[in-house]
Amino acid sequence: MMNLGPHADFIVAAYAVTIFVVAALVAWIVLDYSAQRRVLGDMEDRGLTRRSQRKAGR
Amino acid sequence: MPMIDLANPTRFLTVVNRTLPWLIAVTVILFAIGLFYAMNAPDDYQQGATVKIMFLHVPAAWLGMLGWGLMSVAALGTLVWRHPLADVAGKAAAPIGAAFTFICLVTGSLWGRPTWGTYWVWDARLTSMLVLLLLYFGVLALYWTAEEPSRGARAAAILSLVGAVNLPIIKFSVDWWNTLHQPASVFRMGGSKIDPALLTPLLIMTMAFTLLFATLHLAAMRNEILRRRVRSMRLMQARELHA
Repeated sequence: MMNLGPHADFIVAAYAVTIFVVAALVAWIVLDYSAQRRVLGDMEDRGLTRRSQRKAGR
Repeated sequence: MPMIDLANPTRFLTVVNRTLPWLIAVTVILFAIGLFYAMNAPDDYQQGATVKIMFLHVPAAWLGMLGWGLMSVAALGTLVWRHPLADVAGKAAAPIGAAFTFICLVTGSLWGRPTWGTYWVWDARLTSMLVLLLLYFGVLALYWTAEEPSRGARAAAILSLVGAVNLPIIKFSVDWWNTLHQPASVFRMGGSKIDPALLTPLLIMTMAFTLLFATLHLAAMRNEILRRRVRSMRLMQARELHA
């Protein structure tokens, strides 16, 4: 077992805060990606396309 | 593929989709190596085991500043060339840079209490870093509250350029003023003052955090491009309904 000395609480707290913030950032980006993909998929299912896609389809 | 092709959002998305899995894999491997070295690094002769906080604090400080530097370059792209990807890059970097600046301030505070005897002092380095976090909040507020995204992007770009003045102040604050914070010890004239046993894990962790930043930034840029597509499709749909 690693010995973190008399200030172990500060070291553990620093690592815990970092892990929490990075995890929150990753979760936000992943959830945002799936949300945008879902909305785009719904719109395309309803037949909506972007202007550039329409031009390409001509 | 020529670099100029990346300026096209669709091609950019293709490249990001191909690159992200590799970036994630390399980032995870580097963190595993970095954390192994960090946890097995010897204690500092003065600070004891609290030196382990350095492996988080220093990379977070670097990325907080890198994020703003990136936003300043993107701001030039927004204001001068009006390139949409530049604005996407700036907007995507803001919350990530803010998060790392926050980590830097909190870990610095947790490191300061056992080594300096205080969580916080209003010295130039700490205060200028807090100003950076407040600037990030300002840019995020401009991006997130603007009714017209292009107007918000221009305002955020101007604030990004003005706020870039703070970067050299942060860097040189420890030389220009008498601060409790130590002077530069990693990147300095005459080489690093840190023992290799501590410098090696620090550099590996810095590379890991930098790759994490790049991964998150590319993923956030991809989200922003998709968000803009959704918005433009909704606008088009609304126009067609009213026509």
